[in-house]
Amino acid sequence: MDRFVFLTVDGLSRGAVYAAFALALVLIWRAARVVNFAQGAMAVAAAYVAYTVSTTTGSYWLGFVVAIVAGLLLGALVDRVVMRHVDHASPLNPVIVALGLVLLIQAVLGMVYGNEFRPAEAPFSRSALTVGGVAVLSPYDLFVFATIGVVVSGLAWLFARTPVGLRMRAAAFAPEVSRLLGVNVGGMLTLGWALASGVGALAAMLVMPTELGLHPHAMDLVFVSAFTAAVVGGLDSPPGAVVGGLVVGLLLSYVSGYAGSDLTPLAVLVLLLAVLLVRPGGLFAPVAARRV
Amino acid sequence: MSAPDLLVVRGLVAGYGAAPVLQAIDLTVPAGTIAAVVGANGAGKTTLLRALSGMIRPAAGQVLLAGDELRGTPVEQLVRRGLAHVPEGRGVISELTVDENLRLGGLWRRDRADAGRALDEVYQLFEPLARRRRHLGHQLSGGERQMLALGRALVGRPRLLLLDEPSLGLAPRVVARTMALLRQLRDSTGLTVLLVEQNVRSALAVADQGVVMSLGRVVIAAPAVQLRDDVDLRHAYLGF
Repeated sequence: MDRFVFLTVDGLSRGAVYAAFALALVLIWRAARVVNFAQGAMAVAAAYVAYTVSTTTGSYWLGFVVAIVAGLLLGALVDRVVMRHVDHASPLNPVIVALGLVLLIQAVLGMVYGNEFRPAEAPFSRSALTVGGVAVLSPYDLFVFATIGVVVSGLAWLFARTPVGLRMRAAAFAPEVSRLLGVNVGGMLTLGWALASGVGALAAMLVMPTELGLHPHAMDLVFVSAFTAAVVGGLDSPPGAVVGGLVVGLLLSYVSGYAGSDLTPLAVLVLLLAVLLVRPGGLFAPVAARRV
Repeated sequence: MSAPDLLVVRGLVAGYGAAPVLQAIDLTVPAGTIAAVVGANGAGKTTLLRALSGMIRPAAGQVLLAGDELRGTPVEQLVRRGLAHVPEGRGVISELTVDENLRLGGLWRRDRADAGRALDEVYQLFEPLARRRRHLGHQLSGGERQMLALGRALVGRPRLLLLDEPSLGLAPRVVARTMALLRQLRDSTGLTVLLVEQNVRSALAVADQGVVMSLGRVVIAAPAVQLRDDVDLRHAYLGF
């Protein structure tokens, strides 16, 4: 029972990160109809920038903020310099370009920082507090939950309640009509990329201390998990991404806790396959709107 | 009619790809009037509206709104110049609520207070919309979508309203109400309307000026009354 509680909390904590990362994928999918396969590599690049800042200044928090800013800028840059110029006629084109970006970013990071693991520090203790003799939650887990809670509710508020959010949704759903109504659709698209990439960078900062450390490929497996989470949630649904992230986090935690951590990559792929076979629209696929 | 011309189109050539659909269109619409563009399918009516609002780039010609050249203005800037375009199929965003669709029509405006007033006016004008504020676009009937598309354009307080096939797929009663509303807006706010219609009878009934297009050219531009009454003209170009 103790083990179950521990694995559940641990799973939710990892799941929260997957949720944020999946949310970032959904943001770009909704805005640009592109699955951003480069998101993991982009997030790692932002984390490396944070690493440089933190090691030179000695401040974790300065690095943390810089990572998010670097993520935002990198997202805008990738949209303006690369993705904007890709012919979207075939959905495969942006995918191939994104995979090319992955290779490019990982190669550049390897050249600049080397291909060995660098330690990623955690701003809070990662040893679990015990409640009634049961090890439950570490201060770092609490930090992860709180941060992602703030980001998810902040994004929900932005999209549902603010004029910018309304513009972004309109631009995503109906770009041509939105332009006729005075919406700067291109700007909204760039903003979407920036936000998604910023959230991705944040997720990388949160997950890195729980992994082996900083490495150009550090987010590869996280990306696969988060992509699965987004597909479980139905790619188009932000709440679906969050729930999908938590589900994947729990599944991986139980599989690694009860069956061995070697099986976790396999478990993710089995889940991905199962969802695509049984319910390709995802568990949260909205009822298709009647098109007239 | 002595009103100054709000819209002046000279020698407009536009199309998709190499062969132009519009061949040197000339057209003037005086301020505060309704012009109806009619003609057979494929005459280039929708293309004309799309070229005016910059959704396709004209190859040649002039588009003057109150004397200022519109060509080259980015599409998203046109609302700021006073032009509203309600596209074919009306462009209601199905995934947004009625209220969000309407607010979107006024988001570009600096004068937030007046944008709020314009929104209230639209709700007064179209009471069914006020009752369905929280409904999504795809939950509306055809008539309600029509109101929403028109209302959303009006929230921006346009000088010139481009309407593409407002009668498409609507019951005759709803069409009549829409046409009466256009006339009412023209009289009360001085709105200028350029509408494109298959439904020639209703269009000419409401319009001040009738513009007949055929194969990408304007073949007749005359007072609507004259077109309605000239049997030969109607037979030749309009088929009734």
